[in-house]
Amino acid sequence: MEGILGLGWLTVLIFLPLVGAAVLLFFPRRCEGLIKWFTLGVTLLNFILSVIVFAKFDDSKVGMQFVERFPWIRAWGAEYYLGIDGISLLLVVLTTYLMVLSVLSSWSSVEKALKEYMIAFLLLETGMIGTFCALDLLLFYLFWEFTLIPMYLIIGIWGGPRRVYAAIKFFLYTMAGSVLMLVAILALYFLHAKSSGQYTFDLFVLYNTPMSIKTALLLFAAFSLAFAIKVPMFPFHTWLPDAHVEAPTAGSVILAGVLLKMGTYGFLRFAIPLFPQAAKEAQMTILVLALIGIIYGALVSMMQDDLKKLVAFSSVSHLGFVMLGMFAFTHQGIQGSVYQMLNHGVSTGALFILVGMIYERRHTRLIKEFGGLAKIMPIYATFFMIVALSSIGLPGTNGFVGEFTILLGTFKTQPVFGILGATGVIFAAAYMLWMMKRVFFGEVTNEENEALKDLNKREIITLIPIVIMIFWMGIYPKFFFQKMDLSVDAFLKDLQTRQSLFVEKAQIEKLGGR
Amino acid sequence: MIEHVWLIPLFPAIGFLINGLISRWCNLPKAFVAWVACSALALSFLGSVVIFFELLKLPPELRVKVPDVILFDWVVSGDLRTVIGYKVDPLSIVMALVVTGVSFLIHVYSVGYMHDDPGFTRYFSYLNLFVFMMLNLVLANNFLLMFLGWEGVGLCSYLLIGFWFEKEAPPLAGLKAFIVNRVGDFGFLIGLFLIFSKLGTLVFDEVFAKAHLLDPWTVTLITLMLFVGAAGKSAQLPLYVWLPDAMEGPTPVSSLIHAATMVTAGVYMVARCHVLYEMAPLSMMVVATVGALTAIFAASMALVQVDFKRILAYSTISQLGYMFLAVGVGAYSAGMFHLMTHAFFKALLFLAAGSVMHGLAGELDIRRMGQIKEKMPVTFWTFLLAALAIAGIPGFSGFFSKDEILWNAFSSPKGHILLWLIGLITAGMTAFYMFRLCFMAFFGRFRGDHEVFHHAHESPPIMTIPMIVLAVLSVIGGYVGIPHVLGGHNYFHDFLSPLFKVHENLPHGEGSEKLELLLMAVSVVVALFGISLAFNLYLRNPELPKKLSEKWTKAYKVLWNKYYVDEIYGFIFVEGSKGFGRILWHNFDEAVIDRTVNWIGSLMKVMGAGLRLFQTGFVRDYIVGILVGALILMLLIL
Amino acid sequence: MIPLELYLLVSALLFVIGIIGVLIRREAIVIFMSIEMMLSAVGIALVAASRAYEALDGMILAFLGMTVAASEAAIGLAIFVLLHRSYKGVKVDDINLLKG
Repeated sequence: MEGILGLGWLTVLIFLPLVGAAVLLFFPRRCEGLIKWFTLGVTLLNFILSVIVFAKFDDSKVGMQFVERFPWIRAWGAEYYLGIDGISLLLVVLTTYLMVLSVLSSWSSVEKALKEYMIAFLLLETGMIGTFCALDLLLFYLFWEFTLIPMYLIIGIWGGPRRVYAAIKFFLYTMAGSVLMLVAILALYFLHAKSSGQYTFDLFVLYNTPMSIKTALLLFAAFSLAFAIKVPMFPFHTWLPDAHVEAPTAGSVILAGVLLKMGTYGFLRFAIPLFPQAAKEAQMTILVLALIGIIYGALVSMMQDDLKKLVAFSSVSHLGFVMLGMFAFTHQGIQGSVYQMLNHGVSTGALFILVGMIYERRHTRLIKEFGGLAKIMPIYATFFMIVALSSIGLPGTNGFVGEFTILLGTFKTQPVFGILGATGVIFAAAYMLWMMKRVFFGEVTNEENEALKDLNKREIITLIPIVIMIFWMGIYPKFFFQKMDLSVDAFLKDLQTRQSLFVEKAQIEKLGGR
Repeated sequence: MIEHVWLIPLFPAIGFLINGLISRWCNLPKAFVAWVACSALALSFLGSVVIFFELLKLPPELRVKVPDVILFDWVVSGDLRTVIGYKVDPLSIVMALVVTGVSFLIHVYSVGYMHDDPGFTRYFSYLNLFVFMMLNLVLANNFLLMFLGWEGVGLCSYLLIGFWFEKEAPPLAGLKAFIVNRVGDFGFLIGLFLIFSKLGTLVFDEVFAKAHLLDPWTVTLITLMLFVGAAGKSAQLPLYVWLPDAMEGPTPVSSLIHAATMVTAGVYMVARCHVLYEMAPLSMMVVATVGALTAIFAASMALVQVDFKRILAYSTISQLGYMFLAVGVGAYSAGMFHLMTHAFFKALLFLAAGSVMHGLAGELDIRRMGQIKEKMPVTFWTFLLAALAIAGIPGFSGFFSKDEILWNAFSSPKGHILLWLIGLITAGMTAFYMFRLCFMAFFGRFRGDHEVFHHAHESPPIMTIPMIVLAVLSVIGGYVGIPHVLGGHNYFHDFLSPLFKVHENLPHGEGSEKLELLLMAVSVVVALFGISLAFNLYLRNPELPKKLSEKWTKAYKVLWNKYYVDEIYGFIFVEGSKGFGRILWHNFDEAVIDRTVNWIGSLMKVMGAGLRLFQTGFVRDYIVGILVGALILMLLIL
Repeated sequence: MIPLELYLLVSALLFVIGIIGVLIRREAIVIFMSIEMMLSAVGIALVAASRAYEALDGMILAFLGMTVAASEAAIGLAIFVLLHRSYKGVKVDDINLLKG
C-alpha cells in the first residue's frame, strides 16, 4: 500500500505522536494554550489518519494488511515488521480516538508541568499503537515495555495522594510479568533456532516452532502471566484499583481504554496462536478465572465508596467477559470478545471522563459526598445515565451486542460458564444503578453540591462522540463486525486445525509408543 | 401499508427524539410537546388500525403467512444472523392495537394530569420512548429484537417510576424494578442461548418451524427459562415485588405501563411461543400453577391494603395471574382476550385513581376518603363500570374474558379442577376488594381533612374524556368474544385461531355446554357474594372490619405486611450480596491478595536489607573478603 | 648453591608477614608497606625460581611486578595524602563513608 511521504501508513501512525512530542520539547513552558492545541492537533491528525486506514482496509481479504518489513538487527534476526488485521485495526482506531478525548478532558485539570504531561501522553500513544502493529516479537516487546515509563510518570507525577505507591506498584507488577515474557520470547527464539537453524523473531514463522507439550505449557504460562497481569485477570488485578484511583483522569481513560486491551490483544495475537495446544489445556483454568473476575469484580465494585475504584473494579468484571468469550474458542465468543474490548474502551473511558468532571468541581470522589446531583446538573446526569446503561449492556447500546455475543458464544460450548457469566448482567445493573441512585437521585444532602455548574461546551463536545459511538455500535454493529469477520474466522480455523493436528499427533505417538 | 409496519414504532421514536433532544433543551412550550407526543401515538394507532383492516381482508389462513418486513441486519457474527424485522399477524396486531390505542388515551390524559409538573417534557419523551420499545417487543419477528424491546420497556419503567427523582422513594422503587426485571431477563437470555445453540436461529418463524427437532428436556428448559423472564416482566411469583413499589411513579405511568402494556409482555411472549410450550407440558403446568397461585396470593394482599393505587397494583398482579393461568392450560386466545379487556378496565381504574388524587390534592389513603361520588361524578361512574367489569359481572367485558379463562381452566385437557377452584375463589376476592375500594373511596362519609373535601373537584375534560372512552370499552369490549354457549360468536377467538388452531382444542358436546353455563353461573354468584360482603363490611356495618382485624390479628398482620416477602428478599438478596461483596473486598481483596502483593514487595526490601549488611564500609572487611575469595579460587583451581 | 626451597621459604615468610600486617595494622601506610612486602616476597620467589630453572621468564615477571608496585605505591600514597588532609591520620577503620 502506498504511504505518506514515502513512509508506510503504520509507521506514520506510530511515530507521529513521537515526532509531536519531540516538537513539543521546543515549546516554552508558559505557552500552555499553545501546547494544548498543538497536542490536540497531533492526536486529532493521528485519529483522522487511522480512520483513513480503517476506510482503506479491505475486509474481504484474509491476512495482514499495510505490512511494512525492514531488517532491523540483522545479527539477531529481528526485523521492523508491522502489519494489521481486522482485530488490530479496530484497536488502533480505538487508541487514537481515546487519545483525542483524553487530551480534551485534560484541558483544565492539569495543574503543573503541562508540557511534560502532554509529552508523556504522546509517547504513550506511540507505544500503544506500536504494540498493536508489531509482528516481530522483539519489536512487540519493545513497544510493550515502552508504554510503561510514560504511564508510570503520568501516575507518579500528576496523580493523587498515594500516587507514588500506585505508580511503583503498577510498574513493578507489570514489569514482573513482562520480564517473564521476555524469557519466554528468548526461549522460543532459541527453540526455533534449534529445530530450524534460523534465528528469527518473526511471529508467523515462530508459530510453527515444534515443542513438547510441557514446554508449550511453560511458555504459554509465561506469556499468559504477563498478559493476565495487564488485562487484569483475577487474582492479578490488585494494581488496577490503586492505579486508577491515583491516576489523573486522562491517565485512567487511557489505562482502562487502551492499556488493558494490550493484555487481551496479547492473548489473542501471541499466547494462543503460538501455543494452541497449551491454550486448549489451559482453557478451563482461564475460563474459571474469567468467571470469577466477572462476579468478584461486580460484587466488590458494588461496595466501593470511591467512584473511581468502583469503575476500576467494574473494569475487572467487564474484562472477565472479554476473557470468557475469548477462551470459549467459538466465532461468536471471540468476535464478541474483541467487540467488548472496544465497548469497554468507549464506555469505561467515558465513565472515567465523567468522574473526572465531577472531581474537577468538588475534588472528592466519595459517593457519600454526593446525592441529588441530577437536579443540579441535568446534562451531566443524562450523559452519565447513557454511559451507565451502555456499561450494563442495555440492548440498543454497544455493551449489549458485545455481552450477548460473548455469552452466546460461550454457551455454545461451555453452557455452565455461559449461564454463570450471564448472572453478571444482574450484578452489573445492581452496582451501576445503585451508584447512580446514590449520586444523582434523592435529595441534595450536601450543600456544597448546590452550587455546582453543569457541563460546559468543551465537556459536552468531549462526550458527544462517545454517545454517538454507544448507539452506533449498538444499533448497527455490523459495520464493525464486518472488519474483523475474516480475521476472527482465520484465527479460529488456524487454532482448530493446529489443535486437531496436535491431537492426532498425540494419538499417533500413543499408538506408535505401544 | 403492511410493508410499512415499521412506521408504527417509528412515530413514537421520532416523538421521543424531538421531545427528548429538542423540546427539552430548548424549553419549547408544553403545547408543542403535548401535540408531538400525542400525534405520534395517534399516527401509530391509525397505522395499526389500517394494518388490522388490511389483515382482515386476507383469508384467515393467509393472515399468519404475511412475510416479515426486514429493515436491516443487526447483529451478525458467524452463524448468528439477526435483523431488525417486524412481523404482522393476528397476535402482533392485536397487541399493537391495544398498546397504541390505550397509550394514546393515556397520553391525552397525561396532558391534563402532568400539566403543572416541571418535568412535563421529560415525561412525554420517556412515555414515547416506552411505546417505541413496547411496539418493538410486540412486532418483532425475532427473539433478539423482542429482547431489545423487553429490556427497553424495563428501562423506561425505571426512568418513569423514578420520575420524581428528587424524592427518596421513587428512585429506590425504580432501582428495585430494574433489578428484579434483570433477574427475569437473565432467565430469558438463557432461554435465548438454548434456542440458538440448538436451532441456530432466533427468528420466530424459523424457530417454530424447526422446533420439532428439539428433545423434550431441552424444550422444557427453554420454556421454563423464558417463563422466568415473563415472571419478572409480568410480576408473577416470585418476581412480583417490584410492581407495588412501582406505584411511586406518576399515576398515568402506572396505568399504561404497569397495567395495560409492559406487564402483559410476558403473556404475549408465552402466547407467541405457544409452539414451544405445547411441546413441554411440564412447563405449561408450571405456568398455569404459578399464574393461579399468584392470582390468589396477590388478591389476598389486596384485601387489606389502604393505598388506592396499591390495591390496584396487587389487583394487576392477580389478573396477570389469570392470563398466565389461561395460556398455561392452552387457552391462548382466552389469555389474550383477558389481556385486552384488562387493559381497558385496569387502565381506567388507574386513571380514576389519578383523577381522585387530582381532586383530593394527592390523597391516596382510602381511609381518608369517602363520599366523593357526588363531587366527582364522571370519575365515580367510570370507576364503577370498570369495577363491575373486573368483578366479572355479566354484560361487562371482564365477565366474558374471565369466564373463558375459568372454563378453560376447568375443562381443558391441560386444566385441572384445582386451578379452576383457585381462580374462582380469587374471582370472589377480586369482587370483594374492588368494591371495598369503591365503597370506601366514593360512598359513606368523608373521613379525611375537611379542607380537602371542600376543594374536591372533578377533573378537567382532557382527563375525563379518555376515562369515558375506556369505560365504554370496558363495557362493550367483551362483545367481540361472546362465547358460543351464550349464543354469540367469539370473533376474538376466531381472529387469533389460525395462529393457535392446531393447539387449542376446546371440548365440544352437549354435556359440556351445560357445564359451561353452570360454571358461569357459579362464578357470577361468587362475584355477587363478594360485592355484597364488601357492601356489608364497608357500607352497612363499617365497624365490622376493625373488629374482624382485631379477632384475627396474626392473619391480618401477615396480610398487612404482604407476607413479609419484601423484608425476606431484602435480607437474603440485598443485604446478602452487599455483605458478600464487603467480605470479598475487605477480607479477601485487601487482606489476602493485596497483602500478598505488598508482602512480595517487602520481601525485596528484606533481601536488600540482608545483603546490605555486607557493605560495612569497613575497608578491612573488604580486604579480608578479597583474601578469602582468592584463597577459595586457588583451592578450586588446584 | 643455596637450595631453591630456602628462597621459597624466605619468600613465603615475607608473604605471610605481609598478610598479617595487612590484616592487623590500622594505619593505612603500614598496610601499604605490608602490601609492598607481599609484592617483594613474590618477586624473590620469582627470581629464585627463574635462576633455579635457568629461565628468564621469572626475572621479567619480577620486573613487571616491581613496576606495578611502584606505580601503585605512587597512586596509593597520593590518595593517602589527600585522605590525611581530610582525616588527620589515616586510620582505615574511620573511612567508612561507603557503608551500605
